[in-house]
Amino acid sequence: MTRVSVTVDGVSYQDEVEPRLLLVHYLRERLGKVGTVVGCDTSNCGACTVLLDGRSVKSCSVLAVQVTDRTITTIEGLAAEDGTLHPVQQAFHDNHALQCGFCTPGMVLAACDLLSENADPSEDEIREGIEGNLCRCTGYQNIVRAVQAAASEGRASSASTGATTGVTS
Amino acid sequence: MTAVENRPAAEIGQSRLRKEDAHLLIGRTTWTDNITLPGMLHLAILRSPMAHATITSIDVSAAKQRPGVVAVFTGQDFAETQGSIPCAWPVTPEMVNPGHPSLAVTQVNHVGEAVAVVVARDKYLAQDALEAIDIDYAPLPVVLDMEAALVADTTLVHGHTSSNRSFTWTFESGAAGTGAPIEDTLRDAEVTVRRRFIQQRLIPSFMEPRSTVVSPNGEGVTMWSATQVPHILRTMLALTLNIPEHKVRVIAPDVGGGFGGKLQVTPEEVICTLVARKLGKPVKYTESRSESLMSAHHGRDQIQDITITAKRDGTVTGLDVHLFADMGAYLRLVSPGIPVLGAFMYNSIYKFAGYRFVCEGVFTNKTPTDAYRGAGRPEATFAIERIMDALAGELDMDPMELRRKNWIKHEEFPFTTVCGLTYDSGNYEAATAKALELIGWDELRREQAERRARRDPVQLGLGISTFTEMCGLAPSRVLGSLDYGAGGWENASIRVLATGKVEVVTGASAHGQGHETAWSQIVADQLGVPFDDIEVIHGDTQSSPKGLDTYGSRSLVVGGIAVVKAADKVVEKARAIAAHMLEANPDDLEFAGGSFSVKGSPGSGKTIQEIAFAAFAAHDLPDGMEPSLDSDATFDPENFSFPHGTHLCAIDVDTETGRATIRKYACVDDIGEVINPLIADGQIHGGLAQGIAQALYEEAVYDADGNLTTGTFVDYLLPSASDLPSFLTGRTVSPSTTNPLGVKGVGEAGTIASTPAVVNAVVDALKPWGVQDVQMPCTPERIWRAVAEGVGGAATADRSAEGTVAYGGASTASSDGSGEGEQL
Repeated sequence: MTRVSVTVDGVSYQDEVEPRLLLVHYLRERLGKVGTVVGCDTSNCGACTVLLDGRSVKSCSVLAVQVTDRTITTIEGLAAEDGTLHPVQQAFHDNHALQCGFCTPGMVLAACDLLSENADPSEDEIREGIEGNLCRCTGYQNIVRAVQAAASEGRASSASTGATTGVTS
Repeated sequence: MTAVENRPAAEIGQSRLRKEDAHLLIGRTTWTDNITLPGMLHLAILRSPMAHATITSIDVSAAKQRPGVVAVFTGQDFAETQGSIPCAWPVTPEMVNPGHPSLAVTQVNHVGEAVAVVVARDKYLAQDALEAIDIDYAPLPVVLDMEAALVADTTLVHGHTSSNRSFTWTFESGAAGTGAPIEDTLRDAEVTVRRRFIQQRLIPSFMEPRSTVVSPNGEGVTMWSATQVPHILRTMLALTLNIPEHKVRVIAPDVGGGFGGKLQVTPEEVICTLVARKLGKPVKYTESRSESLMSAHHGRDQIQDITITAKRDGTVTGLDVHLFADMGAYLRLVSPGIPVLGAFMYNSIYKFAGYRFVCEGVFTNKTPTDAYRGAGRPEATFAIERIMDALAGELDMDPMELRRKNWIKHEEFPFTTVCGLTYDSGNYEAATAKALELIGWDELRREQAERRARRDPVQLGLGISTFTEMCGLAPSRVLGSLDYGAGGWENASIRVLATGKVEVVTGASAHGQGHETAWSQIVADQLGVPFDDIEVIHGDTQSSPKGLDTYGSRSLVVGGIAVVKAADKVVEKARAIAAHMLEANPDDLEFAGGSFSVKGSPGSGKTIQEIAFAAFAAHDLPDGMEPSLDSDATFDPENFSFPHGTHLCAIDVDTETGRATIRKYACVDDIGEVINPLIADGQIHGGLAQGIAQALYEEAVYDADGNLTTGTFVDYLLPSASDLPSFLTGRTVSPSTTNPLGVKGVGEAGTIASTPAVVNAVVDALKPWGVQDVQMPCTPERIWRAVAEGVGGAATADRSAEGTVAYGGASTASSDGSGEGEQL
């Protein structure tokens, strides 16, 4: 057993884990963070995407023991404490960018990362930016629209407050 | 009482944002794999690495000693109790169903078949112990090629049957009395075109892997499962395992997509139930994606031999369809019915005099096939739209002109087809005109001519698909005539609570389609209550006891109408109470905007909320009136619905590399009236992605030993955002005349229509090379080969063409390199 000490969605956890335990299983089965899901076993689908120190990672391809002393944001910790949705979450709702919703946690967090790097992506840049996340329901059209909407919302709010849309916790 | 003034004049037709989103967006989800019960054990399943073999011995003793392992079971342990995975659609009386054990007992018939199950304290320990199970297999020859499987004296997939043919299902318009004898039209043909098309094997690939939790409960069980069909599953589980149906509760919590892939009673669901009952403990099984790809049912996989006849002027006369449909190793829930469902759609929107459809269902040593989005209808649409293009080529006619000449004119509706179906409404002219304008067809044709003239290495291809589909599955009497084992009705009930809030219970079990939002819109209009005052309840056989679930674009067309019918009954009950309260004659009341008033006396009214409270209090009701507005209704449609549309694809094909890139895709769909345009468009988008994926990307490939070589998402190419274009979508509205909402269904339209539009575009791009067909998926390799071979090469569409890997045997190398096929 190896010790892991990590902050997830603002709460610190210390646990003894098997060295082989995947981060996604640690999140789901030890911490109960079942908002993060597993969609494949070859790191293709991106359903398990979380933010690790603000950058998106597929939590199925990270070991729990690798995140010691780091900070993770899952879909469950993205909205504000008062329940206000993150602009990307809100844009997904406003643009019907989810149907079954299984890919949504990963897709939203991948989009957050994309926008933190590029506040004004073109459609092609969005499509390439989220190509590591698979969706079977939407044909991506409304996801692309949602990311465009979140980007323009982010630019508008950063123009007024200096904040950015991306999560940089 | 609740105010109603916030309500728009009509909810139907509004792009309401979805109620479903709130919990999905913040990760507060109830996927089956999220469920944890006290004392729950975890299952891991050992799957056969052999496509066809006899199990000569199994030793699980070492696995039982592994840490944390509670039990290990094999097929022998459940041989007497597991029954057979049910097949509800015996398409002919003679159909051979060899039986389908959930856990193999003496023989395995496809790679991925379950052979043993480990039960352990956690998932990792269960998985670890699989390697300690020792199994000896005696290999049998592998049956992969459908035509080879039907040759006399060949290897049998199931030794106790007399052939690998499960059934032959036939329809012929002369015999059916719905048209001319096919032999006459074939004999009298002025022009005859024959083609062989290959519907490659596809994998539905819902994003949420299947997962099942079973909790034993006295005599019965409670099952949570990632299923599209909790009601069908409940009944079938009861029948298969001899558990009284009223002791079985099935819950479909949040379900992450289905596309037909979760329209099943799975071996894994049966195994979980058997183990939970045997151990008296709750158990959970969640598949890995790799397990899912090789063991959840596949779709399509047909060889289509199509003959079309016409007069020299382009008037089509006859259509003769012969299919080989790969059932895989076993018959699952509706496996045989899938290709047969297509039988009524090959003639599509065209006026044929004679028609024949023959389908042979064939067993092979592959994963069973069953429903996948469109289910029989995409295959039919592909074949007819491809052969219309081929006929146009033969006649040197414009392919759109040929279609116009032959389709059912708007003024000819209702129209009874050569299959005997009556299409109630449609306007192919209007949808086509709108689609041509949307994509800028004439300008693209000009550009194409110009690029052809200058021999541009990147050629432009333009493809058409003018399609229809039969949706709203289905009139029960029709299902009966097709030997399906159940009906096609749907149930809804409405409960009006004391405070005027409304609960709508539906038997249609959604998994991404937005029923909660759309049903709320319907009921808001029917009862005049606010959208937010309505709660839609579904997906649990205890709270939603009656239903036939979600598939076949049926939820709105059948389930939505059941909701309307239930609401009508609520209104009638309320009318009686309102009349009593207003001291008026019920016939003198009018109901509008959620309020009853005496005709000619506006403002005198009683709101539905006031009436609901009066019913609840029951202090002063009409004599003999029960104190409730609650109602339910079961609706059985009188006919299918027939959405249609025109899909157009412009594709750039690089003739030097073979790469095809969709430049523009436009579709105009006529789905009748639309409840929520936002949701309808979303269904179209997703459908298009799956249909385009069949045309360009996806294929389940087996090697000569029967190994699925596309067993992960590395190899099975689901399109990502960067593989797809932005779609141009439009609508025309020809309301269905057979239901009160005028709706037709939208879940499968995009998938059914888009595949031939894309392939027609690819082939059109290569017309200067004399290419007549490119097999799906139109990969760069296949396109490059078609260009390289030109006339007479890929044009034959022969299964043994190079670059063809779908059909095992002939052209595929053995995994150890020793197979008879060519190396690719």
